[in-house]
Amino acid sequence: MESLIEILEELHPEVDFEEHKSLIDDKVLDSFDIITLISEIHEEYDVRVPVDEIIPENFNSAQSLYSLIQRLQDEG
Amino acid sequence: MSRQNNILEYLENIVDINPDKVCYANQSEEFTFKQVYDSARAIGTFLHKEGHYKKPVVVFMKKHPTMIITFLGVVYAGDYYVPIDEEMPAHRIEMIFNNLSPEAVICDESTIDIIKTFNYENSVYLYDEIVKTQTDSLVLNEISKRVIDTDPIYIVFTSGSTGVPKGVVACHRSVIDYIESFSDVLEINSDTVFGNQTPLYVDASLKEIYPTLKYGATAYIIPKELFMFPLKLVQFLNEKKINTICWVVPALTMISGLGVFEKEKPEYLHTIAFGSEVFPIKQFLLWRKALPNAKFINLYGPTEATGMSCYYVVDREFSEEDDAIPIGRPFKNTDIILLNDADELAKEGEPGEICIRGTSLTLGYYKDFTRTNEVFVQNPLNDLYPETIYRTGDIGKYNDRGELIFLSRKDHQIKHMGHRIELGEIEAAISRMDGIINTCCIFDDVKKRIILYYTGKSSKADVINYAKGKLPRYMIPNLVEQLDVMPLTTNGKINRVLLKDKYLNRKSQRQ
Repeated sequence: MESLIEILEELHPEVDFEEHKSLIDDKVLDSFDIITLISEIHEEYDVRVPVDEIIPENFNSAQSLYSLIQRLQDEG
Repeated sequence: MSRQNNILEYLENIVDINPDKVCYANQSEEFTFKQVYDSARAIGTFLHKEGHYKKPVVVFMKKHPTMIITFLGVVYAGDYYVPIDEEMPAHRIEMIFNNLSPEAVICDESTIDIIKTFNYENSVYLYDEIVKTQTDSLVLNEISKRVIDTDPIYIVFTSGSTGVPKGVVACHRSVIDYIESFSDVLEINSDTVFGNQTPLYVDASLKEIYPTLKYGATAYIIPKELFMFPLKLVQFLNEKKINTICWVVPALTMISGLGVFEKEKPEYLHTIAFGSEVFPIKQFLLWRKALPNAKFINLYGPTEATGMSCYYVVDREFSEEDDAIPIGRPFKNTDIILLNDADELAKEGEPGEICIRGTSLTLGYYKDFTRTNEVFVQNPLNDLYPETIYRTGDIGKYNDRGELIFLSRKDHQIKHMGHRIELGEIEAAISRMDGIINTCCIFDDVKKRIILYYTGKSSKADVINYAKGKLPRYMIPNLVEQLDVMPLTTNGKINRVLLKDKYLNRKSQRQ
């Protein structure tokens, strides 16, 4: 989780990612951020986010994004 | 048929032929040609009655078919429309208003409260109110009779390196010239169903707005949010049976790069035009593989030449070892000349600045003769009579096949997420912040990131928050780094090369 927060904070140093729960609905993240995140997650966690998981629910908070990463890692 | 000198003739012609067909639509609302015609004429009548004539009228609305209807209404009144990004920070809008001194702003329900927070005291009109005006055909006919084709129809603002945006003024004639040539290349017809991606406040949206009227086609305005979720985006294309798109490259690579084609393909798509930046070949090949029978067209052109000036219809195989996809050749009735450093015609294979000649040149920058005269200049190859060319600042060359290739920029202008940005404008904006001593922006061409280096006591978070108040979203740096000292060259200028090295080393350390 720590390195995910680091990735997010590098993109948006002005956001408190521990607290924010509506990153998509509040337009904190844009399409550029989504692409960057997916590529950074691939580098950091060695998982590929499948396209049908690229949905608002999975990107609205650091926690939900981290849950997605864990789920993808378990599925291997 | 009489000679066309007014873009509204497209609408006037089609409304008799196809009144009940859908003209502009979005995910939930549809407007027929008759509705577009009636509403635009009502707005035109209203603006006339309020005494606005031959003036800039700001259109400050969310991205929606009614925004296009408002554009047309402004032209009916003999005025020219100035679309403003609904999400643009107040500071930038105020700079634009300082340049324009507008008499009138048209809002919708979503922007009417925002406009009240600006330092603006002239008329504000609400779309829903003014669209109810009783149309006065007599008045509109009188206005139309007095139109000449060099009268302006819009101003769009583009990034300026000094920090002040430039308003590019375009007239009926350049838009008609562009739309005719463009539509021929794309083979637009009444079966065309456009899926619009580009914002309505940039010239790129001309590609859907006017060919739709000319041919009685249909244009869907795709909700911006869908461009974050590519699978939903392709599902939308299929649901609306969209067959033609003219998108910026990042919108296309998002679909291919994130693996949408493994799940779903755009079934109806047969014409894909792309522009704004170089299409990475690897991503292009994924598109080609997914849609082997579609026509792919690379487009190139600056806002100052109305829209697009060159095109290349992909007619051969490309591999990852190949050069970039060419920008090809100029549209009909446009000419490109490549000028070398000595302002002479570049020799075969020699790089030169891409300069544009033709009717498609816009009129220049609004209330800014100085900056206009720097780039709209006498053709240096012609000392016999006045002839204006536009100097793009882009460097190009011809390949062995005689196709034009884009190489680079002369200055610090970049393309990011489909937007044209002067890095100097970002630096200028952030330099004004209290606590900031010095700034320098560089651009990572590979990862497409804007990186801001700064010296001063402000925190990164404060810098970003400040930037959000001054710059549009697409100009906010993607990475911010604080420095103790700004590296300088021996001439005392900021050492951009060193900063770029620093950035690249920083990345390799992390990995």
